Amino acid sequence: MSWVRANLFSSWPNAIATLVIVWLAWKLAVPFLDWAFAQAIWTAPDSKVCRDAKGVGACWGLIHEKHRFILFGTYPFEEQWRPALVILILLALYVISALRACWRPWLAAAWIVGLAAIGILMWGGVLGLRYAENERWGGLALTLLLATFGIALAFPLSILLALGRRSQLPVLRYLCVVYIELIRGVPLISLLFMASVVLPLFMPEGLSIDKLLRAQIALILFAAAYLAEVVRGGLQAIPRGQYEAAQALGLSYWRMTWLIVLPQALRISIPPLVNTFIGFFKDTSLVLIIGLFDLLTTVNVSIGEPKWVGFGIEAYVFVSAVYFVFCFAMSRYSQNLELELARGAAKGGAQ
Amino acid sequence: MKFLRSGRSRALFFQFVALAAVLGALAYIVHNTMVNLETRKIASGFAFLGREAGFEIGESPFLAYSAADNYARALLVGLLNTIRVAVIGIVLATILGTLVGLARLSTNWLLARIADAYVEVIRNIPLLVQLFFWYVVITDNLPGPREAMNPLPGVFLSNRGIALPGVEPHPAHLWMLFAFIAGLVIAGLVARWARARQARTGQPFASFWTGTGIALGLPLAVFLAAGTPAKLDVPQLSGFNFAGGVVLTPEYATLLMGLVAYTAAFIGEIVRAGILAVHRGQVEAANALGLSRPQALRLVVMPQALRVIIPPLTSQYLNLTKNSSLAVAIGYPDLVSIANTSINQNGQAIEGIAIIMAVYLTVSLSISAFMNWYNKRIALVER
Repeated sequence: MSWVRANLFSSWPNAIATLVIVWLAWKLAVPFLDWAFAQAIWTAPDSKVCRDAKGVGACWGLIHEKHRFILFGTYPFEEQWRPALVILILLALYVISALRACWRPWLAAAWIVGLAAIGILMWGGVLGLRYAENERWGGLALTLLLATFGIALAFPLSILLALGRRSQLPVLRYLCVVYIELIRGVPLISLLFMASVVLPLFMPEGLSIDKLLRAQIALILFAAAYLAEVVRGGLQAIPRGQYEAAQALGLSYWRMTWLIVLPQALRISIPPLVNTFIGFFKDTSLVLIIGLFDLLTTVNVSIGEPKWVGFGIEAYVFVSAVYFVFCFAMSRYSQNLELELARGAAKGGAQ
Repeated sequence: MKFLRSGRSRALFFQFVALAAVLGALAYIVHNTMVNLETRKIASGFAFLGREAGFEIGESPFLAYSAADNYARALLVGLLNTIRVAVIGIVLATILGTLVGLARLSTNWLLARIADAYVEVIRNIPLLVQLFFWYVVITDNLPGPREAMNPLPGVFLSNRGIALPGVEPHPAHLWMLFAFIAGLVIAGLVARWARARQARTGQPFASFWTGTGIALGLPLAVFLAAGTPAKLDVPQLSGFNFAGGVVLTPEYATLLMGLVAYTAAFIGEIVRAGILAVHRGQVEAANALGLSRPQALRLVVMPQALRVIIPPLTSQYLNLTKNSSLAVAIGYPDLVSIANTSINQNGQAIEGIAIIMAVYLTVSLSISAFMNWYNKRIALVER
């Protein structure tokens, strides 16, 4: 009771605000919950049931009917256990990478093995698996693949760029500055357009890379520029004494960077890095504009079917929920890690 | 390889190698492109800008445009449309974002939690999904113009967009704008004089209220002198759509709403962090010095909070401008979407993308340059 007084009714304006909010919540949330759950249609073999209930109850039957397409795109239907397995492997890799107890050298090996297995599963053509060309990849599987490979390859590149930008060598430094500022100064769409229409012109005659790979390259180059700025922030936070001590020990530049500087710099940058990952994960949805079949595109195509026209709200609420689960998990993780690292630093000093 | 052992010559050698590699790669790409353009019979150069565009543009509020105009004019229309959504978006996102940031710090528990939820939900969903969502809400779920929703007098919501009342333009309005700018300049001069006098004699002067009075009073005087020319232009239903007032198309309304809602969540977080960054002791010290609450806010809290807020705020403004390029997905004719149409028509992709990149780079780099200058100016001067 005293809590209610202190936090909701501490003054007249506060009391009025509380009452207005409660009234609005009553007016908005109750009809919404009624629409989304109580009156919702959960299965709809044909869309007629949904049409009858339109405006009264949500048509989750749309998701139920189209879930295979939304998750896996146009991947051969009877082979869809393969992208399903790929999604599970990716989720397992995310989980073990998040556990600090697993931050051991074998984690890198686990990633290499995992990504190789994913490649075999998706393409097939070996071990008796049917070949599936990557025009057929799609849905949630494609979104996760674009995001994972994008970060896995952009991250090493971003470390090199950040080191280059802090280098003593002027030519190297300027090249890195120009690259980073150029990429960060333009919208991602223009890079994706470039990948889809201009990149083929850059290739020597006879050599062509398919669209998925081109988009993936654009995403990697884009992410690397943003990640590089985060890593640079970490590098700048390392006290000068660390460099001087390493040099006094006679370490070469690369040994100093590898043994002294990077372990500390990357440790500080983990929370902002995770935030950049979240932004990048959301940005992969832009591949829709150049016509790749990611999660958002498959949903868009589903509600473009005459049968399901008019159920866009349900479809987009569903996609939002999927993106939200991934991004929210990452952001909570980054916040907890930040607290943990801060506590560790306060307790043990520089380790 | 003996020279590689000396630090200096080794550094020179590696830089030379890096530069040669980059230039070599560029030359190779240029060569390939020339060959490819030749074999595919694609024209190059910017001569196409002078040719007839041949496509209509959905909305061009500032510039008369028809399909018979040339590509240069079409792209200019796109640029103006980008600016139109970005500038208004920035203003609205700043207002909403500040409110969200303050709400998260509110002593009202309910209000603070709702603001938290807003920020978490909006930040963790891609902007493109949000744009599609709003677009579907407007075009599929709002009633037609005849049954338009009318939440406020003169405001109509329908699947053809949002109609708002406007003010009929009058030449005096332009003079009021000039008077306002002149008022701002005078207010600035007064504030400078008052500061100098206070530093010299210690006598305070209510320069804020005087300045506000001048900046608002001058346009008001012009308004009264011109005979109060303000006629409200309320939208009227005519045929299948609204005429009069300000009509926002569904595409523009979607893009504006999406960008404002999305960016406001980030700005709210920045504002909250900025205010929390000012140490409690600062306010207590200001109280101990006998400053009034508004004085403490203006002289002690705000300058310190703004130092933390402004750099990330500018980068949010830049993000909003870059994100406005998602217009292409919902069909609002911004610069990117018109350049895209032009690429599809004449195949000159390199030139089209070069124009997009050049425009955005100019905006980004000039804002970064301004930020660097500003950061240097307000940087904390330590003892």
